[in-house]
Amino acid sequence: MTLKVSGLVRRHAGNPEPTLKGLSFDLPQGTLTALLGRSGAGKSTLLRCVMGLESFEAGTVEIDGVVVQGTAEVSAARRAEQLHAARARLGLVFQSFELFPHLTALENCTLAPVRVKGLSQPSARERATALLCQLGLEARLEAYPAQLSGGQRQRVAIARALAMEPRVLLYDEPTSALDPSMKHEVLQALQRVDATGVTQVVVTHDLALARAVEHVCVLDHGVVIEAGKPAEVLEAPVHEATRALLKDWR
Amino acid sequence: MAVVTVFGATAALAQQPLRWGSDGQGGAPYVFQDPMDPTRLVGFEVELAGLLARRLGLASQPVQGPWDRLLELLARGDFDVALNGLELADEKKRVALFSRPYFAAAEVLTVRRGDGTAPRALEALAGRRVGTLPGSLAERIAQRAGADVRTYEGGQDEIYDDLKLGRTDAVLLDEPVARYYGELDDTLETVRGDFGVVQYGLAVRLGDTARLEALNRALDALIADGTLRRLYERWGLWTPATAALLGDDDLSPREPALEFERWKAAVGKLPSFRERLVSRYPTYLPLFVKGAGLTLLVSVLSMALAMALGVLLAIGRRYGATIVRAGCVAYIEFFRGTPLLIQLTMIYLGLPELGLKLEPLTAGVLALGLNYAAAEAENYRAGLESVPEGQREAAEVLGLSRLQALRFVIAPQAVRIAIPPMTNDFIALLKDSSLVSVVTLTELTKTYTTLANSTRDHLGLGLVVALCYLAIGLPFARLARRVEARFARHLGREVA
Repeated sequence: MTLKVSGLVRRHAGNPEPTLKGLSFDLPQGTLTALLGRSGAGKSTLLRCVMGLESFEAGTVEIDGVVVQGTAEVSAARRAEQLHAARARLGLVFQSFELFPHLTALENCTLAPVRVKGLSQPSARERATALLCQLGLEARLEAYPAQLSGGQRQRVAIARALAMEPRVLLYDEPTSALDPSMKHEVLQALQRVDATGVTQVVVTHDLALARAVEHVCVLDHGVVIEAGKPAEVLEAPVHEATRALLKDWR
Repeated sequence: MAVVTVFGATAALAQQPLRWGSDGQGGAPYVFQDPMDPTRLVGFEVELAGLLARRLGLASQPVQGPWDRLLELLARGDFDVALNGLELADEKKRVALFSRPYFAAAEVLTVRRGDGTAPRALEALAGRRVGTLPGSLAERIAQRAGADVRTYEGGQDEIYDDLKLGRTDAVLLDEPVARYYGELDDTLETVRGDFGVVQYGLAVRLGDTARLEALNRALDALIADGTLRRLYERWGLWTPATAALLGDDDLSPREPALEFERWKAAVGKLPSFRERLVSRYPTYLPLFVKGAGLTLLVSVLSMALAMALGVLLAIGRRYGATIVRAGCVAYIEFFRGTPLLIQLTMIYLGLPELGLKLEPLTAGVLALGLNYAAAEAENYRAGLESVPEGQREAAEVLGLSRLQALRFVIAPQAVRIAIPPMTNDFIALLKDSSLVSVVTLTELTKTYTTLANSTRDHLGLGLVVALCYLAIGLPFARLARRVEARFARHLGREVA
């Protein structure tokens, strides 16, 4: 298993109901999975917990054999070590891209490989160039984020994450800030990455995107209520909440 | 051993020049810049210091300091003798040792010529508006007489100008000042009467008795051989009060008052602005260049210190542990919330009490730098806070350490926000740097005030000094705009 989440509990201050209530799922190597659910179901919180941007009290996240435990179960120092090791295997693409505006597309993709992985500048540039070209950005290597379209920015963000060679790549609503025409660019990008064997998890409200993946998981009230192939879950939902969600979308 | 020490000390004393402190802004006829050649310091006290130094076998070295702080600077050791119209008064004798008096000046009243209502006697001062210098005997006399006293920190011209404009009814000042400033103007007249007499003495540090005795002996000798009388006559200052002080009852002049005539010729009537622009100001140029150089040096060094410290404070305040944050906030509030002048005085005159004596330039740069660091810290904090939280998270998920995130992601974006207020602060610092004149440094503003007082050319020289400040500040403002535009171009935004 590349990504395995077990019994995740996450409470937010001032909220009696936990946002994640012992959530569990696992994803095999190289799959492209969509995480669905109504707003507030816990999708983004789950991504942020896996990524270590938010902490969780109980449960474990296991990435490619590296385990991260909850804050109630392990010391802060030990947890920091676990997170550090996990992050080296993870990537995250933000809803709002969060490209570094003072750096070019290419520089956005070389900063971390050079500073974190210690790659030489030329080899980092060579790899980043290859990634950007794969995603159809060969003409925009030296452009600053402000000079790029939304779809181009999102593809640079994907290339930036891939440049760190993650085993698992997470996306937080990657198409929600984009025009319909640009959504297609991102979907193509996901499919190209899928071909490289990286495990991908996409939080989305986009039905077209959900249909195009290999696997969907539906979250509600902080637990997984339904999972399976898109054809099964989207066409013949078992759970009432899933039906309500799909009805809203259509 | 004791013999060696005493001998060593005497030898050291003999090699040091006679460092004497005065304020060139005090003006004629005491210590002032020669209006015809402002690079030269002249005045009857300059000559007196020279004569005393020669008697002691030393070179004479004048040190500039603000007049109302001369005794503090003396105590601090910035010079060894204070010599600048210092009144022999009991409260001053508590903080310094004073010599025998070397000059006595009658207090005289100056009024508008033909003003029938003008006060002409001490009793008539009650309730009238009287201008004078702060901390002088004249001020105390006028207060005791019940006058509404106005004191002036600037130059003597200002005191007499206010009289001419009717803002005061009379001016009570020492006779030399009245003679060199008040009497030059036909519309003013001097009233001599029984207002009081002030005696000037020179001061040395408490405990410096050997030097005081040597100076007293030298003064006695200058009086005995008539040197001092000739000096006063040349400056037009041989008055009944001084004659009585020196035990000489012969008031008839023996020497022409050459220096007084020279002063009157130089400043009695200002040449036209055009003429001054062509013939005078070019000769003042070296002084302004020197003053501007010091202003620039102090400003650049202070700004560098302020920026370095400001970065640490801003980072400490934004990212530090609770105690670090509290310390940074306390620093910022203290230095932002108290006057710069007090901070500078504490550093220059207060720290020596704790055993830390700083050079004037070091003290000035330190005070300005520490003060402006508080402002810079807030600029940088505003810059750091303007960068969206998502940028930090993006850096974090890519595995960058906090320091790397700050250096490569947050700071480059924060700088653009911080540049305009930084430019503002530098221009403000440039102007605030004039405060270092209180620690004996003659920067641009001090150059102007002393020059204006000794040439009586306030407006023309004011324009010159304003141009000097603009010439320093504008290139920096321009540079800042270019740097800002560069950052903005990357971010795809326009800068006006």
